[in-house]
Amino acid sequence: MNKRSSWALPYFIFMLIFVVMPLVMILIYSLTDGGGHFTLRNITKFFSDKDALSTFALSIEVAIENTLLCILIGYPAAWILADKRLNRSAVTVVLFILPMWINALMRTLATAELFTMAGVQLGKGTLLFGMCYDYLPFMIYPIYNQLSKMDKSYGEAAADLGATPGQVFRKVTLPLSMPGVWSGIMMVFMPTVSTFAISEFLTNNKIKLFGTIIQENINNSMWNYGAALSLVMLLIIGVTTVLQGGGDEAEAEGGTV
Amino acid sequence: MKARKVFAKAYLWLVLLVLYAPIAFIFIFSFTEAKSLGNWTGFSLQLYKNLFTGSMQNSSALLSAVYNTLLIALIASVIATALGTIAAIGIYYLRGRKRQVMSFLNNIPMINPDIITGVSLFLLFVFLGVSQGYTTVVLAHVTFCTPYVVLNVMPKLHQLNPNIYEAALDLGATPAQALRKVLVPALRPGMISGFILSFTMSLDDFAVTFFTRGTIGLDTLSTFIYTDARKGGLTPELRPLMSIIFLIILVVLLVINIRQSKQSNK
Amino acid sequence: MAKNYIIDIQHLSKSFGDTRVLQDISFYVRKGEFVTLLGPSGCGKTTLLRMIAGFENPDEGTILLDGKDILELPPYRRPLNTVFQKYALFPHLDVYDNVAFGLKLQKVPEEEIDKRVEKVLKLVSMSDYEDRNVDSLSGGQQQRVAIARALINQPRVLLLDEPLAALDLKMRKDMQIELKEMHRKLGITFIYVTHDQEEALTLSDTIVVMNEGRIQQIGTPIDIYNEPVNAFVADFIGESNILGGRMIRDRRVSFIGHEFDCVDEGFGEDVPVDVVVRPEDIYFTTEPAKCQFKAKVNSCVFKGVHYEMWVDTDSGFELMIQDYDPYPVGSEVMLYIDPDDIQVMHKERLRNSFEGVVLGDGRVEFLDAEFEADTTGFAEGDEVEVSVEFDKVDLLDHEEEAEVSGNVAFILYKGNHYHLTVKTDSGQNIWVDTNDIWDKGDLVGIKILAKDIKLSKKAVADE
Repeated sequence: MNKRSSWALPYFIFMLIFVVMPLVMILIYSLTDGGGHFTLRNITKFFSDKDALSTFALSIEVAIENTLLCILIGYPAAWILADKRLNRSAVTVVLFILPMWINALMRTLATAELFTMAGVQLGKGTLLFGMCYDYLPFMIYPIYNQLSKMDKSYGEAAADLGATPGQVFRKVTLPLSMPGVWSGIMMVFMPTVSTFAISEFLTNNKIKLFGTIIQENINNSMWNYGAALSLVMLLIIGVTTVLQGGGDEAEAEGGTV
Repeated sequence: MKARKVFAKAYLWLVLLVLYAPIAFIFIFSFTEAKSLGNWTGFSLQLYKNLFTGSMQNSSALLSAVYNTLLIALIASVIATALGTIAAIGIYYLRGRKRQVMSFLNNIPMINPDIITGVSLFLLFVFLGVSQGYTTVVLAHVTFCTPYVVLNVMPKLHQLNPNIYEAALDLGATPAQALRKVLVPALRPGMISGFILSFTMSLDDFAVTFFTRGTIGLDTLSTFIYTDARKGGLTPELRPLMSIIFLIILVVLLVINIRQSKQSNK
Repeated sequence: MAKNYIIDIQHLSKSFGDTRVLQDISFYVRKGEFVTLLGPSGCGKTTLLRMIAGFENPDEGTILLDGKDILELPPYRRPLNTVFQKYALFPHLDVYDNVAFGLKLQKVPEEEIDKRVEKVLKLVSMSDYEDRNVDSLSGGQQQRVAIARALINQPRVLLLDEPLAALDLKMRKDMQIELKEMHRKLGITFIYVTHDQEEALTLSDTIVVMNEGRIQQIGTPIDIYNEPVNAFVADFIGESNILGGRMIRDRRVSFIGHEFDCVDEGFGEDVPVDVVVRPEDIYFTTEPAKCQFKAKVNSCVFKGVHYEMWVDTDSGFELMIQDYDPYPVGSEVMLYIDPDDIQVMHKERLRNSFEGVVLGDGRVEFLDAEFEADTTGFAEGDEVEVSVEFDKVDLLDHEEEAEVSGNVAFILYKGNHYHLTVKTDSGQNIWVDTNDIWDKGDLVGIKILAKDIKLSKKAVADE
């Protein structure tokens, strides 16, 4: 009976090596110098590096704006998709999640080219809208999932108790769909705050985001500083996850075909 | 009511239009010969011809990138499916604290942005002195794919009659026989969707591969595109390649979903 | 001596974490017998069955099959088969492959498998369903396949875990008859778990009544119905009036304010007892000479075959009576009870008694909480026996206003008051007499006034 629980052991060991240890590595490298001696220089360097700090602030700003934009556009779409009266076709849903399966770099390049062709100057505006293209499906899918598995009788009960359609939405549908919104936020905010290739393509290297700085440092063998920057990003992830409620909802988002 | 429906439909199609514009853009410009994207020099199937005959400047590099992408995706998702299924069964029977720890650890690679997964694994391999290449990329892909297999198999375990494994033992099956003859067949749908998800995530991955491929010149499609684009001109044959991949994925997903919705309607 | 029994269970105990699910369970099953483990949900009956099948291991005790200890054997080596509660048919196999599963594992030749599958499917009246997908079968049909799948292996004992619980009433009744018939025809020993007392009475040769992990009574259906050993069994099996009474002397008992002749002896003189009278055993009469007590009909409901009436006796008790003839509500009736139909039981306890510790300045700790009490004559740290009368315990709606909270676990109507078992949050029981109506599962606060807490020196003789 209890023996079957031991089947989790191989995966546990695997995760210790390939999930936990690597994170420990980030910590170790960010707290040591090239010779392996303990130092806080990497951390203090970040806080005295004006460029890094402003890039960091910009990354957070862009990620927040992009996430909000995705909610603004994605929520109504998810809501319409989940409403059986408005959308009866499963194919429409597939069409919405399909771009998730297309190589993101390729899509991004095409988006950038589209902007150029339309004569739009590549910059922060194209960055925002381009990333929104990329990540919109990741916002729509979890919200749609949450809304479509919601028991319709909640809305009916509210209507029965005298709520207008607007009130039903505000007081019942919206609060009950929040877990979906939260996992959408996780799926959009995290990648945008850390993206590097995408931002480079969309701004023609004009705007650097935090991910690019990490990448440049690692690629130029500045491992310790790169690790320190990664540690900063890990802290943001940690804070976001805690705010979101332990990341348990990540299970709700699942990710099935 | 009617107006609302029209409005809703219009909104959906507008969003879809915007969403697909770049893809359509690639698709349309795969039928012209021009070197740079967005430059229409008349309808031509030359790029498709080049792609299939391999007659282009860096054809061997592109073809080996495609080959690497598929092979890595296949190996990584087979391993992830096996590891994740067994792990899911184990986690399902864990209780209390141990179970919380396992789900917490399982959540980490899903929450971590690719760049963190990539950088952290890179540092691990550097620390351990492992030379990076095929093996490290596969291991890295297994790391971020397995959690999704666990997540896809878990609901099947919950749907499963809890007595089904015991019923097999009761009828004389040894634990190994019960796993092979009863559990795996019952979990198969979850394993398949976990496999497909792993496969596509591995195909699509850029950042993790970028950091764990080492310096031996190993390229997958993503890293190939990245270096290609940074060099300036994108290899034009990528356009027909992407169009074909897109069409294959479109067909596969539609078939799966239509079959699924038919099954659930039954 | 164990050799006469096909299954012999001795002193089984089992805990899951801190909860004891089984406590010192001993009973035996004769070859060919139909034994039912009966009890409310959570009484441990399913755990007991799973131990026999090999899915759980006891902490203590032994299980003998044909005189041999089988605890060391894994489930797949035990010559027993189980019919699971929700069928547990293999969803990816059709009916034939489900039924043939065990034989295929044993590598029985194919022709023989064919023959035996055909035979067993015929036995459960599922002959033409061999190729059907199990998901396409109705609940009743799935149940039949599950039984066939277990029977085909010719088990020494067939274990059935609430096999009919998921079926609707009509189907359940039909399947009961079929099961009984199968048992008779095959001569295989059945151990059957159910919470349905009617099912147990219909099917069994022997019933083992369980509650809170303990065996309450073992006996034939008739014994258990007619002579329940305690209030729990009397209440759980059939309808009954359970009343507090007093044994005056042998064969004379008083309850509901009247004295009656009975057939019970050996209780002693002037001893408090519980009395059970089945509702169909209270008779109406028109002859004043036969009348033992008078009552007024309070309600009368037609139940199909009989009428169910509640009457208020002249002494202020409420009784349930079942009779084929209705009496109008409000009418005065004369009633009597035959001595044979009065079942006298020892009271399980006369008052609450807890182990406690004196804390000083008028406080005492028991039930994992502190209470104010008269502690004169005791020193701080003294271990004491705390006793509280049933009717001195107050139950409150708002559990936060009380020292201890708990859930109502069991309710017994005793004619003029309710006798409740309340399980405290620390898992102990406290018994309460009250006139207030509570429901099973209600969360209540438990309050006891200082003057009602009686302390005494702890009995020296330890158990």
